[in-house]
Amino acid sequence: MSVPDLRSSPFEPSPDLPPPLMMRGTWGWMRENLFSSWLSAVLTVGSVLLLAWILPDLIRYLFIDAIWSASDGEPCRAPGAGACWAYVNAKLTFFTYGAYPRDQLWRVNSVMASGAVLAVWLLWPAAKGKAIAAVLFFAVFPIVAFGLLTGRTPFPTSLLPSPGSEIDIGVVAPALMIAALAILFIFMRRVWLGGVLLFLVVWFLAAAHWNFLGLTIVDTDKWGGIFVSLLVASVGIVFSLPCGVLLALGRRSRMPIIRFLSIVLIEIVRGVPLITVLFMANTMLPLFVPDAWSPDRLLRPLIGVALFSSVYMAEVVRGGLEAVPRGQYEAAMAVGLNWRRMMMLVALPQALTAVIPGIVNSFIALFKDTTLVAIVGIFDFLRAVDTQRLDPAWAGPSISATGYIFAAAFYFVFCFAMSRYSQMMERRHAAGRKR
Amino acid sequence: MATASNFRPRQVTNANAIEMIGVHKWFDQFHVLKDINLTVRAGEKIVICGPSGSGKSTLIRCINRLEAHQRGRIVVDGVELVEDVKRIDAVRRDVGMVFQQFNLFPHLTVLENCSLAPVWVNRLPKAEADAIAMHYLERVRIPEQANKYPLQLSGGQQQRVAIARALCMSPKIMLFDEPTSALDPEMVKEVLDTMMQLAKDGMTMICVTHEMNFAREVADKIVFMDRGEIVEANTPERFFSNPAQERTRLFLAQVLR
Amino acid sequence: MASMNDPPAPRTSILNNPLWRGLFWQILTLAVLVWLALQAFDNAVVNMRARNIPTDFAFWNRPAGFDVNQTLIPFSSSTSTYGQAFYVGLLNTLLVAAIGIVFATIIGFTVGIARLSSNWIVARLATVYVEVVRNTPLLLQLLFWYNAVLKSLPGPRESLALPGSIYLNNRGLVLPEPVFGAGIEWALGAVALALLLAVVFAIWAQGEQRRTGARYHALPVAIGLLLVLGGGAWLANGSPLSFQAPVLRGFNFAGGVKVIPELVALVLGLSLYTASFIAEVVRAGVTAVPTGQTEAAQALGLRRGDTLRLVVVPQALRIIIPPLTNQYLNLLKNSSLAVFIGYPDLIQIFAGTVLNQTGAAVQVVSITMAVYLAISLVTSLAMNLYARRISLRER
Repeated sequence: MSVPDLRSSPFEPSPDLPPPLMMRGTWGWMRENLFSSWLSAVLTVGSVLLLAWILPDLIRYLFIDAIWSASDGEPCRAPGAGACWAYVNAKLTFFTYGAYPRDQLWRVNSVMASGAVLAVWLLWPAAKGKAIAAVLFFAVFPIVAFGLLTGRTPFPTSLLPSPGSEIDIGVVAPALMIAALAILFIFMRRVWLGGVLLFLVVWFLAAAHWNFLGLTIVDTDKWGGIFVSLLVASVGIVFSLPCGVLLALGRRSRMPIIRFLSIVLIEIVRGVPLITVLFMANTMLPLFVPDAWSPDRLLRPLIGVALFSSVYMAEVVRGGLEAVPRGQYEAAMAVGLNWRRMMMLVALPQALTAVIPGIVNSFIALFKDTTLVAIVGIFDFLRAVDTQRLDPAWAGPSISATGYIFAAAFYFVFCFAMSRYSQMMERRHAAGRKR
Repeated sequence: MATASNFRPRQVTNANAIEMIGVHKWFDQFHVLKDINLTVRAGEKIVICGPSGSGKSTLIRCINRLEAHQRGRIVVDGVELVEDVKRIDAVRRDVGMVFQQFNLFPHLTVLENCSLAPVWVNRLPKAEADAIAMHYLERVRIPEQANKYPLQLSGGQQQRVAIARALCMSPKIMLFDEPTSALDPEMVKEVLDTMMQLAKDGMTMICVTHEMNFAREVADKIVFMDRGEIVEANTPERFFSNPAQERTRLFLAQVLR
Repeated sequence: MASMNDPPAPRTSILNNPLWRGLFWQILTLAVLVWLALQAFDNAVVNMRARNIPTDFAFWNRPAGFDVNQTLIPFSSSTSTYGQAFYVGLLNTLLVAAIGIVFATIIGFTVGIARLSSNWIVARLATVYVEVVRNTPLLLQLLFWYNAVLKSLPGPRESLALPGSIYLNNRGLVLPEPVFGAGIEWALGAVALALLLAVVFAIWAQGEQRRTGARYHALPVAIGLLLVLGGGAWLANGSPLSFQAPVLRGFNFAGGVKVIPELVALVLGLSLYTASFIAEVVRAGVTAVPTGQTEAAQALGLRRGDTLRLVVVPQALRIIIPPLTNQYLNLLKNSSLAVFIGYPDLIQIFAGTVLNQTGAAVQVVSITMAVYLAISLVTSLAMNLYARRISLRER
């Protein structure tokens, strides 16, 4: 039947019709997504059978048959008992704080809380005042955290006057004068000079009077649990960002020696497992420094972790620098910016924003890698969980699995949330670029 | 053996090259083609135009089953398009398509791009397939690029290779989906010239394009679509000078300056 | 040409010349580094002498005095040296890496393709697997498999029996041992001949297609040859390969190939972990090929199998292979976690036991790092050469 090509009557747009029954609703969706071909149908049936086989047992073990509260391992040893959440509950403080004195936990809590606040401030896309947050997070927070957690004064002790119980005018007065000078510099527009000087003076004064806080000394061998894992990961990130940026700049440098040294360092550290770097830091580092400076047992793996993550961060930042269009560098040079200003004002801001997803992914990988510091005897979260399962009071067939499932859940929630954040930032950044 | 008969495009055997009767298509809940009725006779050249989102590309993609219609019938040179692999393959062998984004295979040379289908679908010996490829590369006037890779060519050259690639299968019908929309202005002419030469040689063509001058010169019939329906189908003279529908008039006022 | 009346060129200070400034910074950096290195070296010598740590490689040839529970080369605690212990560890590392890479690739490609499936359930299940495995630390997964799963299996007397006479218990995995009978050479020779003929046929078929265009399917022919030739020779020689199933005698199995639980746990953990990353690499590679490529191939009339083989896979592989090699290297480096579950790999034997016994920290750690570094650098180099060769040629 041929249809006339010319409409004799004026054109009226037709209404939208609903799609045919086969396509509509749940049945249509299922046809499309579950049964679109013979193979697909077989796979659907197979998957449903598999899930029906696994899920009921899993749910029963984790929830229905699980023991939620008990004072020791007896109920968990009963036949047919599921996961022993009572055990997790009992050990939760140890899993979180290690052997940190229980009456001093407020110190750990305040450090973790302030760290979290600063981190959210830095990462929240809409937050203002990122520069202040950055200074606080990278400069002030590490010092205060060190002082609070250890109880020791956060300054090389040999450079400080001996701690007394009163304010020593002979120390404070000159310091205040230098502080006044620093503020003068700031007013005179020499912000960098004044700022750094002021920072040093305040640091010195705070450190000299640290003992006024009356904190008991808690050495690193008592630290453990989630708090140590977060600490190692945070230290890793805090150091790896600036070091990574320096390494990335060095790798792109036009000065051949600098470029060569950067490449050598990056390739060596990237080519070896993290465990060997930790071994190197643990066994070789004390040999390379004079006896008096022997780094303590937590510091050594921290250096190893910082070195390792700096190198991977350097690669991430390098990707970001390469993503900045060449025209940006040319425009900056054309306007007359010297190399330092060009990098700080034009290239790095764009590069770093572009690689926030990469940085967050580095943090996720770093957080998972903190589990390896157990090899040098540090009680991170996983090791805390792993050692407690041998506690005779709680011994039972389900204890190991329960502990590991709890640890896995913690790591999963944390890493998954961070990876979602990273994907969101990636989408925002891409959306900003789409025309 | 490469003979002259290999180089002549095959002719449509039925009087009607393409028949679309009461064709409807949905994407999820969205009704994209509403009651399309279109007949293309053998040797006819049709230009489809309309605002973006009107379903023009979807319509021609239904002809070689890159999209499937849910209601109605599509018959291509006597073969009805249904969910049958053999029929779909037969239709695709007879219908050639040129895409807006060229879609050349970047890992193969220009010559290999053109000889791929003759070797693997028509089972021709390599020497014969290469001869056919060179013949059509000469037809589109870029034989010297035969051993280059697609990304080494300009946009206009790439699109001409795409046309040659489609012609190497000796199609009875050629479909063009906005072939010049992704090209820089100075390269549009070389592609349109190639298409005009193809039209003069008697190919049945359906072309979705915004190039109105091309439509004026080449088309036997211009079809205007809006929001999934055919609003008007007319000869170029009547379409441009005195369109029958108000909607068409509005569209032309925006497009022609 | 400068005439007498041109003003003289401005005298530039050496301080501002970028060449000299660059040179200054480089020399300064080099000087600082050299000074630091000398200081470190000095301290090291002093410290090592003070603590009686050996400063040479003499320990290499001293007798080891410890046993290893998996050795691919002969090793005994009484006669073997530390140097031989190094090789034992190295071979164990390469073994677990090789097995892990094979399994990780198979699982990874399967899951990666599953993630792209149009079947909703299959795609979701694959996503759950990838997300769970990627977001938990590898060490945690290893400890889980080793402590919570393998160690809690029953003893040999109540082993888990898997099809094919394979037994799983808390002492490890027991596989049937292959026993070669008389006539094995003929049977294997026939199989080799079948393979050779299959390859010859494939080459001939390719040539025939170039010549006449006719298509021959090489794969069914190869399978047919293997079945007929290989299978026939096999049976004619009285099935010379038999598997001696392990038999439970007393408290443990006699006969059969025993695989220590540490290796089982390590292969399981490494394969599943790396497979999730490989799945992502595969998925990214396949989605990076534009859909227009498949559409163009279909519009030309190519069938599904040919489209995949000729158009999609070549382009996808170009994108997949560099990061895939990276994942293989990661697997090799991650195998060092063996030290946590007591698998005798290079780290556990050499950087663990040998280092503890000899105290030669600098030498041992340096050698260990050098081994991994050498493998990484060689692989990266090969990968770069390959990538440059197959990269798409552009303007």
